[in-house]
Amino acid sequence: MSSETQKILTTDGIPLEVSLKKVEKRNKLKAFLLVAPLLFFLLIVYISPIVGMLFNSVDDRMVTNALPKTFKAMEDWDGKELPSEKVFEAFYFDFRKLTEEEREGKLSTQLNFEKNGFKSIIKKLRRKSKSFEEGNYKEQIMAVHERWGNVEYWRAIQRRAPAYSYSKYLKGVDMYQNEDGKIVQVEEDRRIYKKLWVRTLKIAFYVTLFCFLMAYPIAHLLATLPMKYSNLLMICVLLPFWTSLLVRTASWMILLQQQGVVNDFLVWIGLVADDKRLVMMYNETGTYIAMTQILLPFMVLPLYSVMKTISPSLVRAGKSLGGTPFITFWKVYFPLTIPGIGAGSLLVFILAIGYYITPELVGGASGTLISNQIAYHMKYTLDWSFASAMGLMLLTGVLAVYWIYNKLVGIDNIKLG
Amino acid sequence: MALPKYTEPHYRVWHYIYLFICGCVFFFLIAPLFVIFPLSFNAEEFLVITDGMKRLDPDAFSLRWYKDMVYGTKNPWGLAAKNSFFIAIFATIGAVILGTVAALGLSSRYMPYKGIIMATLISPMIVPLIISGVAIFFFMAKAGLAATHTGIVLAHIILGTPFVVITVTATLSGFDHSVTRAAASLGSNPVNTFMKITLPLILPGVISGALFAFVTSFDEVVIVLFLAGLDNTTIPIQMWTGLREQLSPTILSVATCLILLSTLVLVAAELLRRRSERIRGINR
Repeated sequence: MSSETQKILTTDGIPLEVSLKKVEKRNKLKAFLLVAPLLFFLLIVYISPIVGMLFNSVDDRMVTNALPKTFKAMEDWDGKELPSEKVFEAFYFDFRKLTEEEREGKLSTQLNFEKNGFKSIIKKLRRKSKSFEEGNYKEQIMAVHERWGNVEYWRAIQRRAPAYSYSKYLKGVDMYQNEDGKIVQVEEDRRIYKKLWVRTLKIAFYVTLFCFLMAYPIAHLLATLPMKYSNLLMICVLLPFWTSLLVRTASWMILLQQQGVVNDFLVWIGLVADDKRLVMMYNETGTYIAMTQILLPFMVLPLYSVMKTISPSLVRAGKSLGGTPFITFWKVYFPLTIPGIGAGSLLVFILAIGYYITPELVGGASGTLISNQIAYHMKYTLDWSFASAMGLMLLTGVLAVYWIYNKLVGIDNIKLG
Repeated sequence: MALPKYTEPHYRVWHYIYLFICGCVFFFLIAPLFVIFPLSFNAEEFLVITDGMKRLDPDAFSLRWYKDMVYGTKNPWGLAAKNSFFIAIFATIGAVILGTVAALGLSSRYMPYKGIIMATLISPMIVPLIISGVAIFFFMAKAGLAATHTGIVLAHIILGTPFVVITVTATLSGFDHSVTRAAASLGSNPVNTFMKITLPLILPGVISGALFAFVTSFDEVVIVLFLAGLDNTTIPIQMWTGLREQLSPTILSVATCLILLSTLVLVAAELLRRRSERIRGINR
């Protein structure tokens, strides 16, 4: 069409099409420039460090760079018997350089992650190696401690030779690469992380379910009551929503402790004997109860905003066509609320799966989640690459749910308050 | 909610069961907050309701934990409150400026790659805090900003912006762009148009985003745990330490104050929401 008709020109003689495109381009640029400050701020301060965690989690250059000569000498060692004098000599020179620069502490931490027992023998070696004589290093090193004569420890060192490794990810699912290079599960009694993943998923799932079961009736009530009553009841939902997380956790700690209000009440009505007060805190129960109450508003609000849009005449129509209240609810009302259920459940699930504060305070040993383990490795064992690996595994799961949420609900539809 | 007269008895029963369930859930939601009030006036050092309190004996109640909160020896709450307000105020200002400007861009129909950019801007709200904490800690440690107020403020700006972006884009969704065109045609420059026309109209959204950002920062503990040194302690950090080590009633006095603060915020947020709905209603 446009080729047949004469081109429309603007007053300055440029074809209108070109002129419009130019304006659109300028508008696009203008819009982008407005978003740019926040976008670049986030990319630099937030997104890039998260990507950096990916690097941290596989980065193993610390050990590689600490023992360059040793790993070179180890290249033609088959790993079956104790390495030759050549390796011991190289190790001695590497180690002496490290002690001169006072870097052997970091090495000992890293090697200790690989195999327990390195810390003490490295400390001992540091002390003794000062008076080493030239030559015959194998004998001298082995004399420091019997473990230096154990081939297992040398294999452990060799395993840390590559500059990059995915061993932290394997560790996160209770697996490791054994001496033959095969990926195997760790011994039965040392499998902790798999259990933790399962528990995290389980707790997040049940918390979501409990939240749904409790939120549905009250969201329905809030949506159907006249405005002046529902506004008042809405405060019951919004006040906890705005209250500090720590305050709410503190109140649960008071309620659930053995001398606490809930136990007092149960004893008073005679349901529980005074000497058999329930243990509801520092275990899984505490995590369930506290997390459900804390996350409940995040379920109520999306459900409420969907239910508010459902016209009551639909239910009346269902009833007038002969449906009993139950059938009308199930066939007419419930299907219309599914978007709200989806939005609320995904939001609660996403929040629950990465929860840290509440499980840490009321969860004890049996109620803690993967986040608590990440924090533990960040703060206490200082195995940051392992913490990064676990964090990224968790993040992948969360982003998958976020993606589904975005597809189903759309992030611009998140409702706040 | 009265039932019609013709309701059959078993539905009537079911209806009362439903109301009872709702009552229980509301109780479950709100009651835990009210446990804190009486215990914060406890005269004893324990966190249980004493026999005296059950008898409403006036001697069982006292203000001693409030006094301890304000005047206590080597009391950490003063510094913590100062830091908390400082950090929250600056984080809110930063988040509001960055978030509002970005929301203006996002609401433009010319915005390219809207979906992916929106997803990126909202991501700090979705990514588990512990992961954000680890990542931001790595960045701040490298940048030399760990254990500084600047570092914590920057981290809280990150957490606060999604809320501002969401609330302001929501307000802008009902925004009539012909008013800004009218202003432009009357000779106003873009900055002037924004200050005189757009900002007053989207103000409810901006302020409610600001409230979210403020509360998020004021209540945030995970990232501060990674970043804070001794001088950067905040109220949540002090509560966290207190709850982990020993539950002292002073914490409950602080908690009571925080509940009062959140009540204020709630009232403000509700008023704003209604005002914003009214403004959008008029524009439609």
